[in-house]
Amino acid sequence: MAATAKAEPLTNGKLKLMICDDSNIIRRKIERELQIERLQVIATASNGKQAVEAFRKEPADVVTMDITMPEMDGIECVENLVKIKPDVLILVISALSDKATAIEALKKGANGFLCKPFTDRQLTEALEELLRGAGNDD
Amino acid sequence: MMTKVELETFVEGTTNYFATAANQPASVGSPYIVQDGRPTVQEFTGLISIAGKRRGIVYFTASRPMLTVMLMRMGETELTQENMCDLVGEVANTISGNARRDFGKDFMISVPTVVAGEPDKVVTPDNIRSFVIPINWRSHSAQLVVCLE
Repeated sequence: MAATAKAEPLTNGKLKLMICDDSNIIRRKIERELQIERLQVIATASNGKQAVEAFRKEPADVVTMDITMPEMDGIECVENLVKIKPDVLILVISALSDKATAIEALKKGANGFLCKPFTDRQLTEALEELLRGAGNDD
Repeated sequence: MMTKVELETFVEGTTNYFATAANQPASVGSPYIVQDGRPTVQEFTGLISIAGKRRGIVYFTASRPMLTVMLMRMGETELTQENMCDLVGEVANTISGNARRDFGKDFMISVPTVVAGEPDKVVTPDNIRSFVIPINWRSHSAQLVVCLE
């Protein structure tokens, strides 16, 4: 049976964000350029395995997820995170720009797809769209 | 042997990377075949192994001064060796991954391998011709090398 977890909301009312990417500069870029006040970074991970472990300890509400990573790739990780918390919002951020990969990620439970390279504005818009789609807009 | 159209995919990917991620367009030259010897290798190189329908390697190689400026343009404040290694890997990964738009899902890319300061460790397959895509960005030059069956 899949593990389950219930998110504890942050006391400031913000949504918890986890960033998963094997590139340190991409993780830092997402964290630095995050312009959505309702999101607060609670964890970062450099591969899918680390992300699942961190997520079990403290499930995030929103996750940005790379695909090509060592240990466990992003597609497998998405599948695992959704089993733990079915209502998690996952934005896949990947250089893999073929339609088949995007469709596979969405089938596994991702909610959006942003292709690398991306601008600050594209990141903000993708996250806003993700939150709007889940009915979390202001 | 790669076709002109296939090479154009990598030229477009390189152009797009610099315009979008590095916040400043690069001048990307016409690809040329390495006739004698080995393709250029600079101080930092990010390599991607390609498997599936196509086999070979794609690598991005650049100097420390260029990577320093790229990191700065990206808003990165930690101009460390580690982040330079990370950057060359990410450039190679992004351009190779973007190529799947044209090559399809069976163009399978590895996670990046990074070589810093040891150019002899960057090896291209002997039996495959290497194409070099020259990149001029600000006052710096770098190369994307595409070596595919």
